[in-house]
Amino acid sequence: MVDHDAVTHVASLARVDLDEDEIEQFTAQFDDILSYFETLDSVPETEDDAELENVFRPDEVSEGLSQEEALRNAPETEDGYFKGPTVS
Amino acid sequence: MSEPNAFITRTDIEGDEPGPLDGRTVAVKDNISTDGVRTTCGSAMLAEYVPPYDATVVSKLKEAGATIVGKTNMDEFGMGTTTETSAFGATENPAAPGRVPGGSSGGSAAAVAAGDADLALGSDTGGSVRCPAAFCGVVGLKPTYGLVSRYGLIAYANSLEQIGPLAPTVESAAELLEVIAGPDPRDATTRETDTTYADAADGDVAGLTVGVPTELVEGGDDAVVEQFERALDTLREQGAETVEVSLPSVETAVQAYYVIAMSEASSNLARFDGVRYGPDSEVEGNWNDSFAAVREEGFGEEVKRRILLGTYALSAGYHDKYYEKAQDARAWVRRDFAEAFESADVIASPTMPVAPFERGESLDDPLQMYLADANTVPANLANLPAISVPAGETDGGPVGLQLVGEAFDERTIIRAASAAE
Repeated sequence: MVDHDAVTHVASLARVDLDEDEIEQFTAQFDDILSYFETLDSVPETEDDAELENVFRPDEVSEGLSQEEALRNAPETEDGYFKGPTVS
Repeated sequence: MSEPNAFITRTDIEGDEPGPLDGRTVAVKDNISTDGVRTTCGSAMLAEYVPPYDATVVSKLKEAGATIVGKTNMDEFGMGTTTETSAFGATENPAAPGRVPGGSSGGSAAAVAAGDADLALGSDTGGSVRCPAAFCGVVGLKPTYGLVSRYGLIAYANSLEQIGPLAPTVESAAELLEVIAGPDPRDATTRETDTTYADAADGDVAGLTVGVPTELVEGGDDAVVEQFERALDTLREQGAETVEVSLPSVETAVQAYYVIAMSEASSNLARFDGVRYGPDSEVEGNWNDSFAAVREEGFGEEVKRRILLGTYALSAGYHDKYYEKAQDARAWVRRDFAEAFESADVIASPTMPVAPFERGESLDDPLQMYLADANTVPANLANLPAISVPAGETDGGPVGLQLVGEAFDERTIIRAASAAE
């Protein structure tokens, strides 16, 4: 059973603020959706037999984005760096 | 015809040199990066985002001489089946007025259907090329996982998605596939191939065995199934044989798909924090406050829903219950297809079990919208190639025939689809 607190908790884990209407709506919808997902309980344990192999390449220096290009979309920069909010 | 709102941004990017797509116009879904041209993913979060580089498929289009005429509308971050969750408004279905074009690559399908582009690129995570192709009456192909580079595709659920072509005919879709396929040092999941595709659209299905899984037919609307049966008749008339196959695992494919896609989305979309790109946060406070405020503002409802559900499915105490079981279900689907291909060359079903929805119809009931993906998600879970080709119409609009093939056997589904046209 998903309640108001569960939705608020998971929203804080995901770092997404929600307004009260969204919390209410999601609470009702998540219950339906998660109950549907629970039918996965009936799935037999299945070994994944996909043929996977690692892909390696030599670690060589190559052309990348310039600092200016990398910063072009940032809302705030300072001295050639991204500028973010305070951490604590 | 009125403007279907197929494009978010119109462009006129000429190809570098003469090539196989000389003189052809191509529309590119707006989650595929274009150097110097904004790439929004249909989201307010990226409304002003201008990539500093081209996706590999865009470089290949330019090298092939194509002209890129625009960036197409889509469900926000590819999350939807109707192209109604875009922050840039809904797209009209040129083939079924008043109805949705399907999604999430609805703008790409509508651009081709309306004749605004000769060809288009979409991306397909759970059916997002095939569904709009079916609803708009055009051809759409999801390649085998690893055939086409994802470098520069803004990720939604990277273990499932591929970039694929949309076109008016099977042959022209195959021509576009030929241009974009191939290994890329920037995407380690791509594979070496030297296959041609366009020449496989020869309509020769004599001796071909088409498997029909009842599980993917019986849930369809009657009018859709009727058109599907007629498409099978067309294939049989040309010498193909149909056999019944069984895919019991598809009963939990939608659940597995959504758990995996949402889980991957919750991780992939963590990068949108308003620091490297995105709207400027006005909120005073610490990192977490600012991050959460930017994401409330930048993401639409469906994106929030999927990020939250993915976060829930991966959180302590629920990971084994949802994510682990979904991985079992995925392996089961893969095994089921492998068994089915022992008795069939391709597997056929309706692409969508329903006709195009009326606009606005599915927005209030997300679960109902997820269930419409029942026939398309199995190919993504199994990493297999799948094509949707027009197969008649119902009163509600066009119907698509879906053909799924073995891994890296795009040629066989192209051949079979060309016989159904």
